Amino acid sequence: MKTLKFDNVYLLSSASVANRIENQGPLRGQFDAFYEDFYCGEKSYEQGEIRMLRDSFNLALSKNNIKIDDVDLVYGGDLINQLGISHYFMKNIGIPFIGLYGACSTSCLAAINASIAMQNNGVDCVATFCCSHNATAERQFRYPNEYGAQKPVTTTSTVTGAGTMVFSKQKSNIKLTQCTIGKVCDFDFKEVNDMGSAMAIAAYDTLIEHFKNTKTKFIDYDLVLTGDLSNIGLAVLKDMFTVQKYQNLDRLNDCGLLIYDIKKQNVFSGGSGCGCSMLVTIADVFKKLEKMTYKKVLICATGALLSNVMIQQKMSIPSIAHCVVYERV
Amino acid sequence: MDINKIVKEHTVKKASVKNCVSAFISGGLIGAFGQFLLEFYQSLFDLSEANSVALMVISIIFITAILTGLCLYDKMAQKCGAGVFIPISGFANALTSCALEGKSEGLIFGIGSNMFKLAGSVLTYGISTAYLLGIVRYFFNI
Repeated sequence: MKTLKFDNVYLLSSASVANRIENQGPLRGQFDAFYEDFYCGEKSYEQGEIRMLRDSFNLALSKNNIKIDDVDLVYGGDLINQLGISHYFMKNIGIPFIGLYGACSTSCLAAINASIAMQNNGVDCVATFCCSHNATAERQFRYPNEYGAQKPVTTTSTVTGAGTMVFSKQKSNIKLTQCTIGKVCDFDFKEVNDMGSAMAIAAYDTLIEHFKNTKTKFIDYDLVLTGDLSNIGLAVLKDMFTVQKYQNLDRLNDCGLLIYDIKKQNVFSGGSGCGCSMLVTIADVFKKLEKMTYKKVLICATGALLSNVMIQQKMSIPSIAHCVVYERV
Repeated sequence: MDINKIVKEHTVKKASVKNCVSAFISGGLIGAFGQFLLEFYQSLFDLSEANSVALMVISIIFITAILTGLCLYDKMAQKCGAGVFIPISGFANALTSCALEGKSEGLIFGIGSNMFKLAGSVLTYGISTAYLLGIVRYFFNI
């Protein structure tokens, strides 16, 4: 697969909405809004997640005075069955919508799709969003929230948050320049409590492909971020690059380790979920690109494509990773 | 490059000894608490031992349900593990947590059909085993 290059995709606006635990982490105060609890003033966790998504969408539009009619197309997704959150949110918006599922890689997947639509199909303004919620993901993928299971330290903690990005052909400070679409990878790994290791292979595969296609190395980027590998998955990935004699691995980090302080917060080995890479990209990376702290950042969102039914049938965990490069103009 | 080897190098060893010790202590404490209740009910209400056992079990289930509803039980279970999972409290928590989780989908499809989602296996195999052993006992003890 070739790395796709874009010359007219600019970030017009973005907004992030987080929850209490995220706002207690290292990115405290960087989010556009945050809620104190999982319900966000609604009746159920799912409706709370829809509310966070709606808030992030409205904030992203209002920040730059974008009218809803200016947005031609929306790409987005979440982790819940049938993309319940995204579809129930979009039913009141009235803009053409394409729902995407890439597990936790949806943040990059949506940005890639938006760029392709703008580059090749004459669409002028595209919004992308994704969201995840600790309680809704927990009840769908694991156990009921109050069930007393002893979780191993390798588990990750799903980030509660939603983010929206608006891309346009109108010039701005941040430009989306390249992307590499990943393949579904699998190395017969079955430990559902260690998804970081399962996804490391996908991150490696996509990053290597991207480096090869663009003839770049870690040194060419101010920061290379993986989505939600956690400290174990990141260590595995670093070892894989070390074996291949890659250098400057200090530029490689993981969104799941940036959003939480895993030493102080009770989040096991790091954050996960599609909100993880989305929130870190919007609340941290974009702000630092804007301030010129970074010039060029590579984000490689990773997703564990497991299905509960397949896992119960003793199948392994396939994974995927997609790369996007953001540059300061 | 052998990915399985690299992953294996980073596999975190399960803290078996620590888990065993905390399970032993917490499970023992629950056992001691149960024994205290048993003797307390016996002396206070002048109950037979069998009736007192039933009352003690109900009390433990009640306390577990309250702790689950207060979002405290899962935090306790993270530390104590099998210590709180093996006693009747584990079963009570499985029922309560599933029922709580189903609240948002209503009485029938939510609470009613979800309540035994986790505890269902215990019932299925508990009842089947009791039935089988009953048959065995009938033929060999007659």
